[in-house]
Amino acid sequence: MAHSDAPPDAAPHVRLTDVADITDVVETDSPIPRERTILDDQAIRRALMRIAHEILESTDDPDRLYLVAIPNGGVPLGRILVENLESLCGLRVPLGILDTTLYRDDLTKRGSRPKLRRTEMPSSVDDRVVVLVEDVVSTGRTIRAGMDALMDFGRPSHVRVVALVDRGHRELPIKIDFVGKNIPTQPNEKVIFRADKSEGDEDDEASGVGLLHLIVRAGGAS
Amino acid sequence: MARLLIRNGRLLDPSQEIDAPMDCLIEDGRILGVGNELPLEGAEVLDAEGGWIVPGLIDMHAHLREPGQEYKEDLASGGTAAVAGGFTQVACMANTDPVNDDPSVTKYILDRAEKDSPAKIRPIAAATRRLEGRVMTEMVALREAGAVAFSDDGETIMDSSVMRRVLEYSRLAEAPVIVHAEDCQLRGLGVINEGPVSTRLGLPGNPVAAEEIMIARDIRLAALTGAHLHIAHVSSAGSIGLIRRAREEGVRVTAEVTPHHLTMTAEATMGFDTNTRVAPPLRSAADLEALRNALAEGVIDVMATDHAPHASYEKEVEFTEAPPGMLGLETALAVTLELVRENFLTPLEFIRRWSTNPAHLLELEGGSLAAGCPADVVLLDPDREWTYDSARGFSKSRNSPWSGQTLTGRVLATIVDGRLVYHHERGVLMR
Amino acid sequence: MIGRDILGIEDLSRSDIELILETAKQMQEVGRREVKKVPTLRGRTLINLFFEPSTRTQTSFEIAGKRLSADVVNFSVSSSSLSKRETLLDTAKTLDAMDPDVVVVRHSVAGVPHRLAEVLQAPVINAGDGAHEHPSQALLDMLTVIEEKGRIEGLTVAIIGDIAHSRVARSNIYGFTKLGAEVRVAGPPTMLPADVESLGVKAYTNLREAIEGADVVMALRIQMERLEGACFPSVREYAATFGIDREKLRYAKEDAIVMHPGPVNRGVELAHELTDHRPSVILDQVRNGVALRMALLYLVAGRPRQDDPASHASVATDLDAKRGGR
Repeated sequence: MAHSDAPPDAAPHVRLTDVADITDVVETDSPIPRERTILDDQAIRRALMRIAHEILESTDDPDRLYLVAIPNGGVPLGRILVENLESLCGLRVPLGILDTTLYRDDLTKRGSRPKLRRTEMPSSVDDRVVVLVEDVVSTGRTIRAGMDALMDFGRPSHVRVVALVDRGHRELPIKIDFVGKNIPTQPNEKVIFRADKSEGDEDDEASGVGLLHLIVRAGGAS
Repeated sequence: MARLLIRNGRLLDPSQEIDAPMDCLIEDGRILGVGNELPLEGAEVLDAEGGWIVPGLIDMHAHLREPGQEYKEDLASGGTAAVAGGFTQVACMANTDPVNDDPSVTKYILDRAEKDSPAKIRPIAAATRRLEGRVMTEMVALREAGAVAFSDDGETIMDSSVMRRVLEYSRLAEAPVIVHAEDCQLRGLGVINEGPVSTRLGLPGNPVAAEEIMIARDIRLAALTGAHLHIAHVSSAGSIGLIRRAREEGVRVTAEVTPHHLTMTAEATMGFDTNTRVAPPLRSAADLEALRNALAEGVIDVMATDHAPHASYEKEVEFTEAPPGMLGLETALAVTLELVRENFLTPLEFIRRWSTNPAHLLELEGGSLAAGCPADVVLLDPDREWTYDSARGFSKSRNSPWSGQTLTGRVLATIVDGRLVYHHERGVLMR
Repeated sequence: MIGRDILGIEDLSRSDIELILETAKQMQEVGRREVKKVPTLRGRTLINLFFEPSTRTQTSFEIAGKRLSADVVNFSVSSSSLSKRETLLDTAKTLDAMDPDVVVVRHSVAGVPHRLAEVLQAPVINAGDGAHEHPSQALLDMLTVIEEKGRIEGLTVAIIGDIAHSRVARSNIYGFTKLGAEVRVAGPPTMLPADVESLGVKAYTNLREAIEGADVVMALRIQMERLEGACFPSVREYAATFGIDREKLRYAKEDAIVMHPGPVNRGVELAHELTDHRPSVILDQVRNGVALRMALLYLVAGRPRQDDPASHASVATDLDAKRGGR
């Protein structure tokens, strides 16, 4: 079975399994829950604050920072990091959104073309310290696609990677510079990051992001 | 004294108003009689397998392409397709190459048919030289050479004064003038019926008015001249109205309708299949309904196939470039039996329109199982299903929209002049 | 949608159209970058098979393909198959043997892309077949309207001109009605096709009535070479009765936009002053054309794979099997 990073179309607003599915599980012998929460909202936010510190510590030139989030999961994470960085050093780091779908290496293998997501790059990447922000990294292919995309936008001076979760199973030599949590997983498990919408306009960055969830879902088709 | 007894079938003879389980006895190429107590001695027996026993069908409108276009069809392949379809006589149109506008061509066709065709071929000669619509042909000589009617089919005589003289003169030759009624200027570039389908497909439309105008004109000229006008492939409700009124007024006008106009509407062209491109075009559902009623009522006298073979490479082109026409001989029976299944016609009336009436119109021996008539007999099973594959049919061409479909109604055997020329299990046997 | 032919708007569902427009919106962004290229269709071959010459549409598809890194090959076939004695079937089989990933076809006769699609394994995109359909044009028109008006549902769209001979008109009629707009057509009676209202539109022979309260006024190109004298007596008369200028535009809504598939016969369908400036969005239509065609290529280029575990159809079957066919 093919496994990959939690693919871009695992939307952060994924619904929990419906009642019928849970009924199925109850029929098995061992009471293994189909889903378990591995990080709750508080834990995720603490990790993000820690990552913000790490980002600042890693560079002499925070003015050149440019956070680039990979939709969908990376976007709320990117927004929170921007807020965190501002509260730490008073700097408003620009946030870009970069959909990597057009750079995927598996388009020829798929049965249908995945839905495209928004790309908005308000600043140039030239000479910037670009920090890619992704929710779950597994095989590393999405990050590779992200780097290819970045190169078409210009010439960053450095590229770093933030991941909320590193679940292993790397297929390419990609390293994560700032990680929220390392979670070893089975290949057939799915790690899902979800950010609820808060009241207020989704596009208004200042209104913030709602509750955050990090779930591991066992079994089933991936 | 070769005798053949056909038994175990439902005998339908419109000429004697017989529709009953009866046998048919044939001797030396002629019908000896029909009935239930016919003598068996010395007779070969042919079992009708419970199907219908009918006089051989007569197609008064087919294009057999010989001379000149033998790559699409010739008298051998056309005649074979005919008997496989239950037709013992076929009247073939004159738009060959050279055109059948001279007795030498008529005789050529008859000679070739005698040798090559299992069905009896009745040539229709041109009404004007080279189908140009200007100078009429030598109708008397052509009639004597064997032509059974005159027609410029494929073309319309646009000059009304020429049409008038053609009709007038035809009375001397004592044969009907068969018209392909279409005002070609009004038709313009039209390739399908002008209506919602042509609008949807963006293809140029051919309005019913183009047909109706010419029919109206030709009826008036027939009234003026007293000639026998026969209208080929009527396609519209408006045309039927004109014909009905003319007959009420005593004008000598008869009409035919094709299997495709009786069963297909313009919607069939929606996939751009060039096999549905035909002249006149397939029309609306209302027109189709009116044609069926007119045929049942008798305003339309006969059915005729307008069998029009074209080579695959001629049809596999842009819709507007494809020549109009589709095959008909091998599928006509099954396709038109739908009218019996849907109760527009009784079996007897159905056979009348395929056999007795065409024989009458063209003054041919046939269309009857009365004693003394030529033994042209067909056995058919109206309920037998079969799949038609035009690539494996008897015609040289394949342009049929019914190819690949399962049809209901199959010829079991065809007998021409007392000889079995086609049997559904044994194939074609030359006469 | 991989491997699916795009032969006409008639065959597209509302959700198909919405997917294409959504995708096109994202492709617009690629056109705003400095490096207007993504590797998505690298190694794929796009064949432009144009039986009817067309610089605009052909170039638009070519640029779209190249922006997606596809290899683009242009076949300009100037004569009909009849004169070349090569049937459409032969042309299709020859092309099919070259293994393209997508074939874009334009022809002066309706139905040609459909026949080719029957033979070609690659998906066929109709770039205009006679007076029948021109789906990519209608889609880019719809994209432009959504950009300007935010929606299509409930808008009034007036299409003016030679409706009878226009594939742009037909495709737009199908597209805008599917997405819930009220569509009106107007032109001289000789240019309105038979039973046009059976397409779900209201037909007018009076320009003012057609434009009254319209949100979108779309003028079609008059093919003067073909029609003058036959369907309308003179260019002068056409311009006077159906040409659109500021004066006549006042009957439409105040914020109405003016569209045209191009090229414009200045002073005939549209007055000079309306061609280059607002409320005309003609250049936006052209710009959107590339993004739209990139979206189509992205969604359909390639051949559908039966054995692909990632394809939605097979996933559904697996799940059903696991759940015991529930």
